[in-house]
Formats: sequence, structure tokens, C-alpha cells
Amino acid sequence: MRGSGIFSWRRFRAIISKEFVQMRRDRMTFAMMIGIPILQMVVFGFAINSDPKHLPTVILAADHSVFSRSIVTAMQNSGYFEIVKTVASEAEADLLLNEGEVQFVISIPEGFSRGLVRGERPALLLTADATDPSATSNALSAFRLLAETALARDLEGPLRHLRRSSPPVEIMVHARFNPAAITQYNIVPGLMGVVLTMTLVIITALAITRKRERGTMENLLSTPVKPMEVMFGKIVPYIIVGYVQMGVILLAGRYIFHVPMLGNLGLLLLVSLPFIAANLGVGLTFSTLARNQLQAVQMAFFFFLPSILLSGFMFPFRGMPPWAQHVGGMLPLTHYLRIVRGIILKGNSFAQILPNLWPIGVFLLVALSIGLTRYRRTLD
Amino acid sequence: MAEATPVIDVQELSKSFAGKTVVNKLSLRVRPGEIYGFLGPNGSGKTTFIRMLCGLLRPDAGSGVCLGFDIQKQADAIKPLVGYMSQRFSLYEDLSVRENLNFMARIYDLPKQHALVDENIERMGLGRFANQLAGTLSGGWKQRLALTACLLHQPRLLLLDEPTAGVDPKARRDFWDDIYRLSEQGVTSLISTHYMDEAERCHRLAYLSYGKLLVTGTADEVVAASGLTSWSVFGSNVHLLITQLKDVEGVEQVVPFGNTLHVSGHDADMLEHGLQPFMDGEYRWQKTAANLEEVFISLMQDREVA
Ligand SMILES: Nc1ncnc2c1ncn2[C@@H]1O[C@H](COP(=O)(O)OP(=O)(O)OP(=O)(O)O)[C@@H](O)[C@H]1O
Ligand SMILES: [Mg+2]
Repeated sequence: MRGSGIFSWRRFRAIISKEFVQMRRDRMTFAMMIGIPILQMVVFGFAINSDPKHLPTVILAADHSVFSRSIVTAMQNSGYFEIVKTVASEAEADLLLNEGEVQFVISIPEGFSRGLVRGERPALLLTADATDPSATSNALSAFRLLAETALARDLEGPLRHLRRSSPPVEIMVHARFNPAAITQYNIVPGLMGVVLTMTLVIITALAITRKRERGTMENLLSTPVKPMEVMFGKIVPYIIVGYVQMGVILLAGRYIFHVPMLGNLGLLLLVSLPFIAANLGVGLTFSTLARNQLQAVQMAFFFFLPSILLSGFMFPFRGMPPWAQHVGGMLPLTHYLRIVRGIILKGNSFAQILPNLWPIGVFLLVALSIGLTRYRRTLD
Repeated sequence: MAEATPVIDVQELSKSFAGKTVVNKLSLRVRPGEIYGFLGPNGSGKTTFIRMLCGLLRPDAGSGVCLGFDIQKQADAIKPLVGYMSQRFSLYEDLSVRENLNFMARIYDLPKQHALVDENIERMGLGRFANQLAGTLSGGWKQRLALTACLLHQPRLLLLDEPTAGVDPKARRDFWDDIYRLSEQGVTSLISTHYMDEAERCHRLAYLSYGKLLVTGTADEVVAASGLTSWSVFGSNVHLLITQLKDVEGVEQVVPFGNTLHVSGHDADMLEHGLQPFMDGEYRWQKTAANLEEVFISLMQDREVA
């Protein structure tokens, strides 16, 4: 009998490799591990990436001139805007926006052409229904450019000098209903946290609840194996699974959705560990509470729903009522989202993400210790 | 053999679950190389006792030595020397036969694992199933695989919890041949079973009821100690007697075996007196030794009355 100390690496490795064989054989779980990230990328990713065109637009024009006509034509030519109506009053335009009839209102104020010719830089206002910012963001950015280029063509001859005082008009964009204006870059990194939460909690809860686990434990514990080796042997493969999922999402984010990576990748991978472990702790706890696999899945969803709804993934966190913010503040996903976005999009340093790291650490300690103590008890 | 240090020597071992005593001050001594039969009705605490021996459960009270190590404090030293086969199949159903055995070999940290596993697959006749998932084996072959797995590390003590439940006669014969062979090599076995023929194959027996040890000894000793007298009745229509005999004073059990009836009771004189009226007709009567089944049934009945 060799090496039977407190913790044997040989036995630990034996357990890990056995777990992987079982994981591979459990087609359902395996499909979930790879399928969920891909499915979510497709569903969320393409919804975001799709570049909505022909968005219904209404014109509120108090000035009819060559200039306003060119602007409207240019808007239509861009493909983003489809002029569906012309209204006379602001109240009418507002009603259309409120009811969701149109996505945009383009307001050309009275005396627009006169102001333009005099070089007074008159205002050109585009009001957007930005409830779903991913729907409007491309159109909005296109608008700024096309207004300038359209006018440039009209400002010929004696008006040529106006081109230099660029831009000749003051373009104002008013995003209604969603001031936080989440962009696609915001969502893809967020997806990483969502996928990890969803799959890790469900998979661990399921895998450990499997009926056969109970019986096999009896056999395993009559051998020289130590409980620590069993527990960590069980958890480590799922940590590796979590990192594989992260890799899939990071690669897709980089090469399919062209999300920039401003921060340190190593830092991101490192600080993801407590988040992954926290989710495993939740899954482990559920597995000790659930009597069967169905219950395990139900509990996982019970945890997953508030995570996805209150973390700031679905709705802007600051737009939520205080109670929802409090609940959200306890969930690891909320903080992880901020960390991931901070690192990927803003290039945050370790010191900058620290305020969001410790709440995950606290959650991890609580979840894992409940999970492990309950798990140990099932062995007795 | 009596002088050798016992392999199992426990005193007053107790265990209760949620206030219900399941093993009650059980003392047991098993000698090296002995095949020790562990009997008792369902729920009598056999599995619980065996689990305490191999360190799966912690006894509430009592003390004991197993293979020279304290069962309370040195479970880690005992585990590598013990082969435990649980009542329920507890290997991995989603691993193949070979993968299961390889895993166990790695867990016990055995040298030359692959050669060892191959050799055991060969010896136990598992070759045909080596690459089949354990979950898809038939019940008997699962038991055989479980036995192979717990013999892999050449344990000095086997704790087998109903190892032959649901196993066909040929496989049971093979199993017992293995156990006898191991016994010759000095391996001790503690085997729980509900089969009387297997109980008779054991060197010694212990009978457990409601967590209490009622009798121990060889099969003959157990029968003798029971004080049970038995009669056999032969005849073609012997079954017609069953209901009548059950009401006779002194008769405690009437058990049919095909064309034979076994009638038994504790009070020999009263029994003989009561049976006298039936002894003149078409049936042939013969006084016989009580068998183990009658002894155990009577032990069970005694407990229920008490
Ligand atoms: N973990 C447990 N928690 C609560 N009660 C238990 C536990 N394990 C066993 N028991 C109870 O202890 C009693 C003895 O169980 P045990 O399994 O030891 O019986 P057994 O003699 O092996 O029975 P069988 O012949 O049916 O296998 C039973 O009443 C059972 O319900
Ligand atoms: Mg039992």
C-alpha cells in the first residue's frame, strides 16, 4: 500500500479522470455543457448583432425646404429609416412614439433652412424609442453621419463656406425610455456570467443528485479514499467545465461579435474562479436538498431567474426599484457582470474590480460551506 | 485456532438512528480464516453493523478491534485491509466492467494495475463483459463484478452484505468455492444472508433480531441450543393435515416440503402427546433434528411474543 496520507494525489486524480469518463458518457449533461453556451450565443448574440433596418419613422416638419428634403431622402436611402408619416404637432408625434407605432421622430424646427443659411447651426432633433437600445443604436449612429453628408451636397456655391463651420447643424439625439442605453458590447460579456450561472448550477445539481450517486458513495467510502478527495474530485472537473465554457464565449465574443478586450485576460480568468466556485456551491447545496433530478432542475431555475432578471443583465440595474437592487446585490452574477464588463470593456484593474469581488467571495464562502457540510452529511 | 487473535472482536457496539436503537450492545468475535454467517430478519441491523465495522458509520457506543486496529479511532488503517461488498450494487453503472475495476485499483493504489485487472477479469470469468457498462449487466453478474472489485486489493477480511441475493445456483456455487478457497488462504469472511443453505455452509453463525444478538455458534450448536424437537410426516395427502396440526397443543410450526411436513415445538413430550392421535393412519412419522430454518423462525416468533 503506497501513499495513504491525508490527501493522496493519485486517488484524487483517479476520481477526476473517472468523473470525466462519466461526464462524457452522460450525453444529456454533456450536451447541456456545450449546447447551452452555443444556444445562448445564438439567441442573444444574433438578436443583438442583427442590424434592424427600415425602422418606422415619422416626420415632424415645421420647415419645408431643399435642406429638409435632402435630409429625409438621405435618411431613407440609408436603409435604417422608413418614413411612414408626416405629422403637424409634437403631441401627435409623442403619441405615436408612446404607442410604439414608430421608432423615431425626426423634428425639423421652424426656420431651419433660414438658420442654416445664416450659419446659426440650427438644431436637428431625432427622438428615439430606445426601449430596446440594440434596435436603435445603429440607426442613431448612422443618423449623425448622414445628416452632415446630405447637407454637404446642398451647400454649394455661395453657401460653400458653411461647410467649413462643420457641422452646419446641431444634431441632437434624444433616447427615450432607456437612458442607460446598453449596447451589444454590454451583453456579450454579460452572457458569460449568465451561461456560467445557468449551466454550472444546473449541471452540478443534476449530476450529484443522480440516484446512483448515493449507492456508489457507500462503496467509495469503504475504500481508503478521504472525503476531501471525493468532494474536490467532484468539484474540480466542473471548474474545468466552467473555464471551457468561458473560453467558448470569449472566442465567440472576439471573433464573431468583435467585442474589444481592453483589460487583462489573465485577471479575468483568475477572478472568475470564485464566481465559478460560488455557483458550484449553490449547485452542490441544491443537490443535497433535491430528492430527484426534477427537483434539482426546479431549484436551479429558482436561483437562475432572479439572477438573470435582477443582476442588470436584462434590465439596467439602476432602473430597478430599491428592493430589487438589494436582492440583486446579493447575487454573485450581479457583481460578476460588473467585473466582466469592467475588465473587458473598460480595462479595469484588480483594484478597480475589488469592490465587486468581495461580495462574490462572501457568497462563495457561505454557499460552499453549506454545500460541503450538507454533502458530507449525506455520506454518513 | 481458538488461541489466534480474533480478526473481529467488538464489545457492546450500539447504534441508533433518530432515537431508534438499530444495533443494541452487540458483541462479536470472529477468528482468522473463519467464514462467519450473519443472519436475521429484515431490518434487524445486519447492514448497519457491517457498516460500522468498515468505518462507514460511527458507533454510538461500544468498542472493538478489527484486524488489530481500533474501529473507533483507526478506521483509516482498517479500510485498506477490508473488502466490503454492499447490499446494493454500488459500483458505477455508467462505467464499463474494466473501467470500474481500473478505478478501484487506482483508488487502492495497487501496483501493476492493468495486469492485475486483466488477471482478475480472467479469473472471475468476466472476460465476455469486460467492455460492457456495469449498469447493463444482469443482477448476478453485477454481484460477481462487485465481488471481484472488493477482492482486487487482496483484503484480509471480507465483509459481504447479502452477496448472493438474486444469484443463480451455479454462480452461488462458484461464489462459495471462492470463499472457501480464500478461507484456506487465511482470509476471514463475514457474510450476511437470508439463505439457509448458505448459513449451513458457514463455519459459525450469529443470529440477530431487533439489533440484539440472540445466538452464536456452529449450525449444530445453534440447533441444539434452540431446544426444538421436530417430526417429519410423509404421505401422499400430507397437506390435508396442515390446518389440523396447527391447532394441536405443543405444535409451534408446521412447514410443508413437497410431500413431507415438518412439525416442531419446544416441549418434546407435549408435542409427542399431541401428535399421537395422527400417528395411526396412512402417514409415516419420524423424529428428526430441527433444521436451521425452523430454529430461526422460532427465534423470530419468540421475539414477537416477547
Ligand atoms: N441511515 C439510516 N437512517 C435511519 N434509519 C436507518 C438508517 N439505516 C438503517 N436504518 C434503520 O435501521 C434498521 C436496520 O437496518 P439494516 O439495514 O441494518 O437492516 P438489515 O438487517 O440489513 O435488513 P435487511 O435484511 O433488509 O437488509 C432498519 O429499521 C432501518 O430502517
Ligand atoms: Mg441489510
